[in-house]
Amino acid sequence: MTGNEAVAYAVKQADVDFISAYPITPQTIIVERLSEYVSSGEVDAEFVPVESEHSALSACIGASLTGARVFTSTSSQGLALMHEVMYIASGLRCPIVMAVANRALSAPLNIHGDHSDIMGSRDSGWVLIFAENPQEVYDYIIQAFRLAEHPEVLLPVAVNLDGFTVSHSSEPVAVLEDAVVRSYLPRNPRPRLEYEEPSSFGVFALPSHYFEFKVEQERVLRRAGELVEEISRAYPNSHGRLVKLSKFNEDGRIAVICMGGTTGTVRHALKHHGLEDFSLISLKLFSPFPGKELLEALSEAEGVVVMDRATSPGAALPPLASNVAATLYEGGVSLPLLSVVYGLGGREPTLKMVLEMLDKAEERLRARGRAVSRMYLGYGGGVA
Amino acid sequence: MQVSKLLDLYGREGLSPGHSACQGCGATIAVRQVLLAAEPPYIVVSPTGCLEVISTPYPYTAWRVPWVHVAFENAAAVASGIEAALRVLERKGLGRRHKIIVIGGDGGTFDIGLQAISGAFERGHDLLYVCYDNEAYMNTGIQRSAATPIGSVTTTTPAGKRERKKDIVSILVSHGSPYVATASPHLWKDLANKVRKAQSIEGPTFLHIVAPCPRGWYYDSSLTIKIAKLAVETRVFPIYEVENGKYRINYLISRPRPVEEYLRLQSRFAYLLRPENAALLEEFKRWVEERWNQLLKLAAAFPP
Repeated sequence: MTGNEAVAYAVKQADVDFISAYPITPQTIIVERLSEYVSSGEVDAEFVPVESEHSALSACIGASLTGARVFTSTSSQGLALMHEVMYIASGLRCPIVMAVANRALSAPLNIHGDHSDIMGSRDSGWVLIFAENPQEVYDYIIQAFRLAEHPEVLLPVAVNLDGFTVSHSSEPVAVLEDAVVRSYLPRNPRPRLEYEEPSSFGVFALPSHYFEFKVEQERVLRRAGELVEEISRAYPNSHGRLVKLSKFNEDGRIAVICMGGTTGTVRHALKHHGLEDFSLISLKLFSPFPGKELLEALSEAEGVVVMDRATSPGAALPPLASNVAATLYEGGVSLPLLSVVYGLGGREPTLKMVLEMLDKAEERLRARGRAVSRMYLGYGGGVA
Repeated sequence: MQVSKLLDLYGREGLSPGHSACQGCGATIAVRQVLLAAEPPYIVVSPTGCLEVISTPYPYTAWRVPWVHVAFENAAAVASGIEAALRVLERKGLGRRHKIIVIGGDGGTFDIGLQAISGAFERGHDLLYVCYDNEAYMNTGIQRSAATPIGSVTTTTPAGKRERKKDIVSILVSHGSPYVATASPHLWKDLANKVRKAQSIEGPTFLHIVAPCPRGWYYDSSLTIKIAKLAVETRVFPIYEVENGKYRINYLISRPRPVEEYLRLQSRFAYLLRPENAALLEEFKRWVEERWNQLLKLAAAFPP
């Protein structure tokens, strides 16, 4: 199945109660499949086809506050339109699961893959997971429900899959039995809207209290990171467990850090082209950022290449690189860092491009000493 | 059950006293009446606005009933989610259906929330949307909205608004809503029975309530009910209901009071009443007359 179909299949097996979404490429197939499941009765859920993504996430918040298991999905402009409501979903502690088929942001309009959409909302207090292929998409969606609804978490979780390269690529996906998924996802009671137990949700807080709300929310998001191991250990398919990061070629001196579908291309390059000097760190959990685990993974590294599929115009570094740099600084580690921006608007890095990048990486890292250098991979057709 | 005496509403308060609304706030009088009449179990959804701010300064809440606020433009979408989710939870034995009451101001209804309302009404969710209309953005300091009447001074229309008030009732009727009505807090029995009626009808229903605002309309806070009454008796705010496209004027004002009686009590219209603005005043009167005549024609053409 494709990445999108894997999402829909996992959501169906999760016994979801409520789905609300609005069509946008390349996410649309997810909701098309889910609508079919709902209309055929394969899943007993309400599908609310709203008039905008803003309303989709708003309806999900309302539904989530009734205690329902809730799912939505979107991409690009749709996610940007949801931006306001994303902060409210996390602030109101709604365990919504959302699939984001990552796509570039306009202008110019572009329907193809990059991570600009989700990176625009990276401070919204959601758990952000990146999947590399349809199998991971399937496994992570199911685990996302368990993590989101954990009584100590109650936070929304977004599972990211690269638009087209993962959302539309068809691969064999090992799925669990329905009953196995059901028993992995128990129903935990949580505060909800009920006449007999009246509560007020979405109050306003003055300077006397707002700060405490936000710091507490950050603490809970950190706690979600700690609980990843617990919820993934219980996942019935041991090969599909959500990890914060995975490593390949651990002995390589130079670590390449990457998220999403391109990780596969980099792994292929290292594996089949004898590039033993390089290791690969495939980051699955972007928020909360797994700094401790990353420092451990980089303990033997002599340099680091960070691949961002988004830019942060005007910032010191793009999103992933800035998190890595801050983590190194916090750990008192001084490593030369090469920040690579690649794949904007669906310009997929080919194997040849990745090999060229790796070829030049060592030279760049050495040339600048213990500092930061930058590269655009694929810009103007090559390495800039 | 019909409401015929005050005792029928006794002991049903949904909004506690002690909230921080202004003295004489028409919105909270209207909301109190709506909830006194509402049949439980219900959930209240509010967009951002005066009502949300005055009722829930953390760690306090004035709501004795389940209540949720998400953002300004999406109350109808939030309500859609609650309504649909409870339907499936009841089916699965994991919850029960509640009646959904959205209560929003005119900004959250006529302007920024209109798209979500249109979506919810088109999809046919079972909910009652109540708009307390104080004819401007009062929470942010009296800026004009699509509900502000012509000639009214606000902080963004210092020389009086030039455009007519948006006809929100017709918009909802055009959506095919089974029940759309107007009400005024001075006609509490009519208001209460309209809430009951709306709640008894399956589908999206709408109640538009005139909610005078002493702060934004610039009048003495003791006059709220009097001004609401004058709005009705001058035909500025007609009281009617549209049930499945059939129009019924509940208060047929055969001999209207002069519009000036209504305008003169409110300093927001002081500019309109200046001799040099006679043309604008004429336009205000023309708006009142045209709407009333149109309503008479609709009631004659589509009687109950």
